[in-house]
Amino acid sequence: MESSIIEARAVEKFYVQPDGNRIEVIAPTNLEVRPGKIVALLGPSGSGKSTLLRMLTGLSIPSSGEVFWHGEPIDHHPPNVAIVFQSFALFPWLNVLENVEAPLEARGVGAIERRKRALKMLDTVGLDGFETAYPKELSGGMKQRVGFARALVVEPEVLFMDEPFSALDVLTAETLRGELLELWLGKKMPTTAIFIVTHNIEEAVLLADRVIVLGKNPGRIRSDFEIGLAYPRDRKANRFVEFVDYIYKIMTQPDVQPEALVPGQASTVPARAPRQKYQMLPHARTAGVTGLLEILHDGGGEADLYRLAEKLAMDVDDLLPIIESATILGFATLNEGDVHITPEGIVFAEADILNRKILFREAALKHVAILQCINSVLKAKSDHSIPDEFFHDILDEHFSQDEVERQFETAMNWGRYAEIFDHDPQNGRLVLTEPGPEPNHHLSAAKS
Amino acid sequence: MKKGAGIRTISPLRLWSLLPQLETSHLPDVLMFALVIAVFYSVLVVGRTWLGPFTPSVEISQNPWALPAYAGLSLLRISLAYVLSLAFTLVYGYIAAYNAKAERFMIPLLDVLQSIPVLSFLPGVMLAMVALFPSRQLGVELGAILLIFTGQVWNMAFSFYASLKSIPREMREAAKIYGFSWWQRFTEIELPFAAIGLVWNSMMSVAGGWFALMACEMFVLGSRDFRLPGLGSYLQTAASAGDTRSILLGVFTMIAVIVLLDQFVWRPVIAWAEKFKVEQVESAEVPHSWVLDMIQHSHSLAQLRQKAIFPVRESLMSYFSRRHRAEPATGVGPRWKTWLLGFLGISALGLTGYAVVRVAILLTGLDHSEVSELGRGLGATFIRVIVALLIGAAWTIPVGVKIGFSPRLARVAQPVAQIAASVPANAFFPVILLILIRLGGGLGVGSILLLLLGTQWYILFNVIAGAMAIPTDLKEACSVCRITGVERWRKLILPGIFPYLLTGMVTASGGAWNASIVAEYFHFKGQTFSTIGLGSTISQATDTGNYDLLIAATIVMAAMVVTVNRLVWRRLYRLSETRFRLES
Repeated sequence: MESSIIEARAVEKFYVQPDGNRIEVIAPTNLEVRPGKIVALLGPSGSGKSTLLRMLTGLSIPSSGEVFWHGEPIDHHPPNVAIVFQSFALFPWLNVLENVEAPLEARGVGAIERRKRALKMLDTVGLDGFETAYPKELSGGMKQRVGFARALVVEPEVLFMDEPFSALDVLTAETLRGELLELWLGKKMPTTAIFIVTHNIEEAVLLADRVIVLGKNPGRIRSDFEIGLAYPRDRKANRFVEFVDYIYKIMTQPDVQPEALVPGQASTVPARAPRQKYQMLPHARTAGVTGLLEILHDGGGEADLYRLAEKLAMDVDDLLPIIESATILGFATLNEGDVHITPEGIVFAEADILNRKILFREAALKHVAILQCINSVLKAKSDHSIPDEFFHDILDEHFSQDEVERQFETAMNWGRYAEIFDHDPQNGRLVLTEPGPEPNHHLSAAKS
Repeated sequence: MKKGAGIRTISPLRLWSLLPQLETSHLPDVLMFALVIAVFYSVLVVGRTWLGPFTPSVEISQNPWALPAYAGLSLLRISLAYVLSLAFTLVYGYIAAYNAKAERFMIPLLDVLQSIPVLSFLPGVMLAMVALFPSRQLGVELGAILLIFTGQVWNMAFSFYASLKSIPREMREAAKIYGFSWWQRFTEIELPFAAIGLVWNSMMSVAGGWFALMACEMFVLGSRDFRLPGLGSYLQTAASAGDTRSILLGVFTMIAVIVLLDQFVWRPVIAWAEKFKVEQVESAEVPHSWVLDMIQHSHSLAQLRQKAIFPVRESLMSYFSRRHRAEPATGVGPRWKTWLLGFLGISALGLTGYAVVRVAILLTGLDHSEVSELGRGLGATFIRVIVALLIGAAWTIPVGVKIGFSPRLARVAQPVAQIAASVPANAFFPVILLILIRLGGGLGVGSILLLLLGTQWYILFNVIAGAMAIPTDLKEACSVCRITGVERWRKLILPGIFPYLLTGMVTASGGAWNASIVAEYFHFKGQTFSTIGLGSTISQATDTGNYDLLIAATIVMAAMVVTVNRLVWRRLYRLSETRFRLES
């Protein structure tokens, strides 16, 4: 076995809250990057993919544990790596050539040599003739090509990529993926390993020799396996589809041990395990849940997750929270990558707008902990209102700062739709919605 | 040696031939040559007078032919003050943005300093500078420059700090992962990112510089009478003599200088700074400047760029990159640095404590009549500022919206308003005062008009910008729904311009407090006109050398401005950010 280029030993990332509470983003994790391989890091949002990437590159220092670069601690020696960013992170005031030259300038390469190498790299990525253009004059795909050229021009040992194709349209992304593979397989890039962070399952199976799947709360490695398919890979091939299905299953069943999900084999799904100390709301809006249930109902009550995502042209990352929401509310169930609508879900899908709100309200108060909590607190108060800070504080106990914001926002969206309470952001207060004879008085007031 | 020769023969610039050649012409070169001669002559003249003997009160000529020289001297003071401001801005903003401990008190400090009127700095700065160079003219000149500096620097520093704080995370990470040295990060990321904010704030600051100029070229300090040759003192002398013709000539000269500055400095700089805009797509309308085109096509400047600037840039870059790579990756500085910083911090704290105690002692020494004067002055100026703001808003909102809704009108009105705004209000004071005296109005009410003159432009500007930012589809939605008249104002226009109006009002209110100093107290035709107010207290205290009262009045004014900012404007800002933001 060849020795690893980068090795992370028990790296961990957590934030300590002012009250001493620890929010764990990434649980202690071991990871190696070996030469000659493309590694894909997959995971739902909030699983700390980007944080892990930043620790491996030395950009971010682990809270505990250590990262080694060729056996030496990474903070002793700047590692020879480059990153391709999701947002491209080009310098808008420099033209294409100057952008690619900038990292060489940092390494003290002389003017002539710099220009020569930059021009050659621009040629390699197919940007010949665009040297004097400014980034804002380029399309997204062209911009990311500049990003690639800038990363490759320093001849990095490991090329890191942080969701490099997710800001591009489908076709452009596909083209760039093909070109990347071509450079890699043709040994036209001066790089010994590639590490790509993505939430696109097909992309991972298409590109990677090895796939690592992260789980969340806290981020941890759930599965790490090789994809032994020959390049170029055929998306329609049975083995390819099996790998994609397998990863779908891992990602959609966060409570199941991945060992139970060997490709092509059915698995038994346990009932909701009481694994979480606190129910985490998926970040989905009520309109998304409603839409999903309508589509499911129209489509005969069940759908394959993979097909559904394809049909809706959505990433699984965007679709999953919506399905999770429907599951939590008891309107749907998720089984081995298939979504089924429940009887309650059917009633909901067939109801009109007003009755949907009532059904949603019942389901939310039955299943959603934070909404139950808000409802009972507001009912108990004599003026039926309370500062929203109060619930921020409750959430603070369980989530990181950003997550608190998102949890709160989702709870507000659901609670207002269900007409459990109203949120007045001006005064920062939650007010119990009066159960009047006319539940949608806002609407009628706006109409008059 | 061989390598150097190599560079000359293959020349890195040969590779530049890949890039399209700019067409060059020789007319700009001739102009550049003339410019160099002019600059050389001016340096000679200025050097002779500034290093010459100390003559605190020069005779100010009322001859119109003296005006060009006076304008040049004033411009020089403003320029030097601006250079100083820029240097201060870069250092202060940088430290505040990168040192979390320092940031905690540097930013509130900026807030307070911003609220102190220029004139309050005057006695301290002037006396210190004159004491430093007792036998040279340099002392007074430096004092004047420092005073203009205090009128320019704060908003620039704040803008630079805010820009540094908002550099996108991935851009910073790119710099870090590619091993940018400090210098490369500064010149290729931080400065370009901050450029646009700095340019607009520089324009505002220089306009503020003209305002300060009027106050600090000619003033009385206790028993001493200071006069520096310049446009400000020319105008003041003309005003004291009641010489209408000279006043008009002076104002005309000032406007001419401001227009020239706009054409030769600000337009080109704005057009050039366009490339620093962080945007994903190219905007349709790009500012142009004929001066910039000329500079970019100048043959000699292109030579200069290639022969001098390029090599210097190159060697600086490689020097810093070598140093950066030699540094250990872990960023712990040497121990003496920590010690030194700690020592400096403690000394600063100690000095501040001492100053606070001294000021407290001084304030207890104020007598009863002075305290009640401060109280009544505060009330009077407060009312004037509010009335001026209200009148300003009342006329600028309808006019600004009208201009903003009509692109044709905007194209004509905007440059005019921009120039009007950069003409210091106090240049017009003598004229207005003449009219007021003819009409028989008192300064108590008249000063409101003077405040208005200085501050209404900020509101107008922002209202125009706000009206232009209201999306067309919202306007169309209103006409489809037959929302017209008062309803249209209430539902669309006022909420739409609210954030902009607010920005204008904040700037205007700050400006109004500052302007009260010159508006409430005035020397005219050998007489002193004054009315009760905080501004007049400050001016009078400076004149009579009553420094205790000056400090007390300044503290009251700064406290008032900061309190109003915190209690009123900041809350309204939050409201505008949450409720009245138009997201597209």
